[in-house]
Amino acid sequence: MSARGPRIHDAAPLHVTGAARYIDDIPVPGDCLHLAFGLSHEARGVITRADLSKVRAAPGVIDVITAAHLPFDNDVSPAAHDEPLLAKGEVFYHGQPIFLVIATSHLAARKAARLGDITIEPRPAILTIDDALAAGSRFEAGPVIWTDGDTDAALAAAPRIIEGQFEMGGQEHFYLESQAALALPQENDDMLVHSSTQHPTEIQHKVAEALGVPMHAVRVETRRMGGGFGGKESQGNALAVSCAVAARHTGRPCKMRYDRDDDMVITGKRHDFRIAYRAGVAPDGRLLGVDVTQYARCGWAQDLSLPVADRAMLHADNAYDIPAMRIESHRLKTHTASATAYRGFGGPQGMLGIERLMDHVAHALNLDPTSVRRRNFYAPAGSATPGVTHYGQPVEDFVLDNMVAALEASAAYAARRKAVDDWNAQNDVLKKGLALSPVKFGISFTLTHLNQAGALVHVYQDGSIHLNHGGTEMGQGLFQKVAQVAASVFGVPLETVKITATDTAKVPNTSATAASSGTDLNGMAVKAACDTIKGRIVAFLAESRGVDTAKITFEDGNVQVGDDTLSFAEAAQAAYTNRISLSATGFYKTPKVAWDRLKGRGRPFFYFAYGVSMTEVVIDTLTGENRILRADIVHDAGSSLNPALDIGQVEGGYVQGAGWLTTEELIWDDAGRLRTHAPSTYKIPACSDRPDIFNVALWDAPNPEDTIFRSKAVGEPPFMLGISAFLALSDAVAACGAGYPDLDAPATPERILTAVTRLRQT
Amino acid sequence: MDITFLLNGENVTLRDVDPTRTTLDWLREERGLRGSKEGCNEGDCGACTVMVTDAGGTSALNACILFLPQLHGKTLTTVEGLSGPDGALHPVQEALVTHHGSQCGFCTPGIAVSLAAGQLNGDTAHDDVLAGNLCRCTGYAPIIRAADAAAGAPVPDWLSTLRAGESPAASAEVGPALPDSSDALAHALMERPHATLVAGATDVGLWVTKGLRDLRDVIFLGGATDLQQIEVSDSDIRIGAGVTIAQLLPVMADHHPSFAEMLRRFASTQVRGAATLGGNIANGSPIGDSPPALIALGATLHLRRGDVRRDIRLQDFFIDYGKQDRVAGEFVEAISIPRQSDHLKVYKLSKRFDQDISAVLGAFNIVVEDGIVQSARIAFGGMAGIPKRATHVEQALTGQPWTQASVDAVGPAFAQDFTPMSDMRASAEYRLEAARNMLTRALAEDQGTPVSVLEVTP
Ligand SMILES: Cc1cc2nc3c(=O)[nH]c(=O)nc-3n(C[C@H](O)[C@H](O)[C@H](O)COP(=O)(O)OP(=O)(O)OC[C@H]3O[C@@H](n4cnc5c(N)ncnc54)[C@H](O)[C@@H]3O)c2cc1C
Ligand code: FES
Ligand code: FES
Repeated sequence: MSARGPRIHDAAPLHVTGAARYIDDIPVPGDCLHLAFGLSHEARGVITRADLSKVRAAPGVIDVITAAHLPFDNDVSPAAHDEPLLAKGEVFYHGQPIFLVIATSHLAARKAARLGDITIEPRPAILTIDDALAAGSRFEAGPVIWTDGDTDAALAAAPRIIEGQFEMGGQEHFYLESQAALALPQENDDMLVHSSTQHPTEIQHKVAEALGVPMHAVRVETRRMGGGFGGKESQGNALAVSCAVAARHTGRPCKMRYDRDDDMVITGKRHDFRIAYRAGVAPDGRLLGVDVTQYARCGWAQDLSLPVADRAMLHADNAYDIPAMRIESHRLKTHTASATAYRGFGGPQGMLGIERLMDHVAHALNLDPTSVRRRNFYAPAGSATPGVTHYGQPVEDFVLDNMVAALEASAAYAARRKAVDDWNAQNDVLKKGLALSPVKFGISFTLTHLNQAGALVHVYQDGSIHLNHGGTEMGQGLFQKVAQVAASVFGVPLETVKITATDTAKVPNTSATAASSGTDLNGMAVKAACDTIKGRIVAFLAESRGVDTAKITFEDGNVQVGDDTLSFAEAAQAAYTNRISLSATGFYKTPKVAWDRLKGRGRPFFYFAYGVSMTEVVIDTLTGENRILRADIVHDAGSSLNPALDIGQVEGGYVQGAGWLTTEELIWDDAGRLRTHAPSTYKIPACSDRPDIFNVALWDAPNPEDTIFRSKAVGEPPFMLGISAFLALSDAVAACGAGYPDLDAPATPERILTAVTRLRQT
Repeated sequence: MDITFLLNGENVTLRDVDPTRTTLDWLREERGLRGSKEGCNEGDCGACTVMVTDAGGTSALNACILFLPQLHGKTLTTVEGLSGPDGALHPVQEALVTHHGSQCGFCTPGIAVSLAAGQLNGDTAHDDVLAGNLCRCTGYAPIIRAADAAAGAPVPDWLSTLRAGESPAASAEVGPALPDSSDALAHALMERPHATLVAGATDVGLWVTKGLRDLRDVIFLGGATDLQQIEVSDSDIRIGAGVTIAQLLPVMADHHPSFAEMLRRFASTQVRGAATLGGNIANGSPIGDSPPALIALGATLHLRRGDVRRDIRLQDFFIDYGKQDRVAGEFVEAISIPRQSDHLKVYKLSKRFDQDISAVLGAFNIVVEDGIVQSARIAFGGMAGIPKRATHVEQALTGQPWTQASVDAVGPAFAQDFTPMSDMRASAEYRLEAARNMLTRALAEDQGTPVSVLEVTP
């Protein structure tokens, strides 16, 4: 078969019948126990007394574990060793786990977990960006500063300065399946863990540390997640480790899944940011120099905050060639849940900063925002003098000029701009807005060593193929895309390839399925493994049949050997009986990337993925209610391996991105308690919130870099297409008065009404 | 208590059920049917959606807040029952597969059941059918493509009995916790005046799944079918306390369309199929959506305790936050709305249009003759500790010309009527400003100005 095609998700028939198994669906032995955490009721303080007698006495409770009972490492952080599984005498956020209940049912564990009588002497909590700045509470010694060119001089010489500051909220992942893990104790102190995780190797590592065993004693399996979005990169550690520790302690299988409210209170979210900007601009809207300060609220532990903040800096240019740039990044430590990876990994925040600036510039100069953007674009691919980013990477594959032109035509930008203006001239209460925004997103892990992947492929003697690799499936369709790669190498129907659960015993030392890299890395590793086996079969057939290797081809389930045709199964059988190994590992590491994180220079990215979206909205100036009327998107997926799955990522990414900037609002109270810890109060987009008209097209052009069949990564980049929804709302508000709307995100009805009122009064 | 129901075509009798055991937990933990998922355990995500059929028809409901006794005498169809006996996929399942309607797949069983229920009921307003099914992955577009594709397909044979509303013979003796008439209910409540009444359990369910309360003494209203009647006479519309929001909606569409439009956005299909009007009033919530509209219409509440009945103005039922004019052993029997020509405008304001609790709900019953406001009954939810009339605003407006100048002039009266709270849904300032602006909207609407973003097409 050909590698490409709009194949359905491999598990779709299982999804629709309810037969797809998630962690909580795995049949467990009858003696399985269930776990729940007792949580801190203070944002910060010292535990002076912990009376757990009522917890122990509650019905169904088998045991209760505190930090004192943990035999080995009490840590579930991904790297910094700063995140105890159970609080050690002090608490650092409201909702921090203090003790672990082991009970005979999920409900019994949850009920008992609320009975802890814990006295916490409160200490002053640092909750907000301002609190943290005032207290100097941060990770690393001071802000990270990157400079490119002489920004001060550029600003001093600029005919006009545009400056501003705005806030953008964080975002709850709201994967539909909350965090879950199951540990099954094995003989000889071994542990089998099923985890809903994007990072099985890290689970293996943390469980091994917690049990005091080598990694070889722990096997982690992940068949699928009910959504991840970055929220299961590190946040599953606590559950898997708890299950393993409790399973070791009791000798029984242990399962833990967070109740939704617990999940939202305990786990980290997207970082909220404040961004301040100062730009020197030419009268035509060209940026001469930009000075940006990014403030990230990281929460109490480091988690992945440093690379997230780095990526925000790396995307502070988005699509624009800015002659001089200075970026200052503050990684602030607060007594709130530790913010973590979320689709885009800081990229969206950095990108929103510059897009907001672009908008502000266009507004201030009374220019068309799309023209201003275009004027600042990097030079197109093929240019003799490609633009160079503020971190020193040349941008050699820039295609946004053509993509924007295509979208302007297909979505009738000019005519609709006029129609929107006409509407606004005629309507007092309802105002429309229109905006176009581009995306340029860097692909690769910025921690260079993570850009590697492994695969394991077996061909059985009946010609069926077992496929395994280090990537995890969270809905993005990775498994199917990679199976398409394997099937195409062997020229067999897709059904010949068995997709199997990610398993640390099959492929070791994997990186998280993150940074959009799943298909790029694992597809290549699988191709390498398949090529190895195929090479052996070819060599054997060439030799045994005296046919030139060039005359041996694999197609349509057959192997053509000169003039003879064998079925793939016959070829496999023949190879087997002639003692040819039909199993191989494959390995891949991304070429060309090199990055000095401290200096902020190098080539962190193998390539860039591009996209552009245009959104039309309408707002109600009496209440701030608003709706997305239409979205048009062109997105670059290279030579798409599976256009159906890729379009799914684009549609889903756009809506999730628009949700981040509109209805999804996280609210903490003055005591540091998250008030929006359930879907009743935290509103992700519902069905009717998607655009009425929603046109998505792929920009079908091969990736100039040698990626798997010249495709491009598509997991994260489309998320940032949602930025045009926010800018369109701002555009609609701008129709209410002369000033700049100065809208903060998320643009809830309340924020919109506030902005409208402000504009109408000035 | 003992109960009987049909599960995917099979008779199930359960003895001594824990009355607050949820259907979802029972299906997953005891019955081994793990296709229905738990996404939130509070009725907000739809991952647990099942179909329940009784004489009134088939409804999609949230199994996570559906107590087992509520199934007594009914037919329960889960995602496992959607496909045919030979494994043939239901048309909506087939369409979801071919249109790439699932990604992670966790929301999908619930989506499939909601769409199947919609298809069975001939309901093609997909956005409303799916308002209670959250999907974080797809952005919904492929799901809607699938829904469109499946809408015309015939209901498969194996589900045709559901269309007929067939239910099993309720054989088991259920006892006083599930009275079969309002008389029996009145009696049971006299014996156990402190029992918790459970109607649709869309509030009470959460006391159990989130509040983790042990409710031992409960009385279910669902068997008292005489409380589920709506009678329209020349003088009033009398709505039984057990009427669900779903049943109320089409009646309101005939008489007060703006009320019906608000009910369309009340929670979700699954919640509306369970939630009763009686529950929406009796819970005393300051943010319940129907009370302000009913108060603006001048509704009367019919209360009953044993054989003693009394009628009060609905607005007088709400005394203070958490305090209503209802004594132990008393229950809501019905609500009646006086017949009147329709002037009602109801505005539900929330962060998200569908399935969101109102930040402010404004109900305006303003009668204008010859450009002069003859009478004004205006009530709000979300503006005080109870649903409350805007008496100063009403007074200031009555007798004035129905113009922007009058609306502006009465602006300050809002602050006399209300000192709203700030919470995670909205700030006090926003609530007050939005409430004030709603009056402007009511006027603009009368003047024919477009005021609803929901009615704007691209
Ligand atoms: C996801 C979700 C979304 C929601 N969205 C909305 C919304 O948009 N708008 C809104 O207004 N509400 C909403 N609600 C709240 C709830 O659905 C309504 O308040 C509903 O009307 C309650 O009715 P019920 O029959 O389910 O009541 P139950 O939960 O059964 O009972 C509620 C209370 O009323 C008492 N009670 C019930 N019937 C009687 C009676 N006849 N006499 C005396 N006491 C009685 C019960 O004892 C209990 O105290 C939502 C709930 C959920 C779970
Ligand atoms: S689990 Fe979310 S509605 Fe039931
Ligand atoms: S497919 Fe993942 S939540 Fe819908």
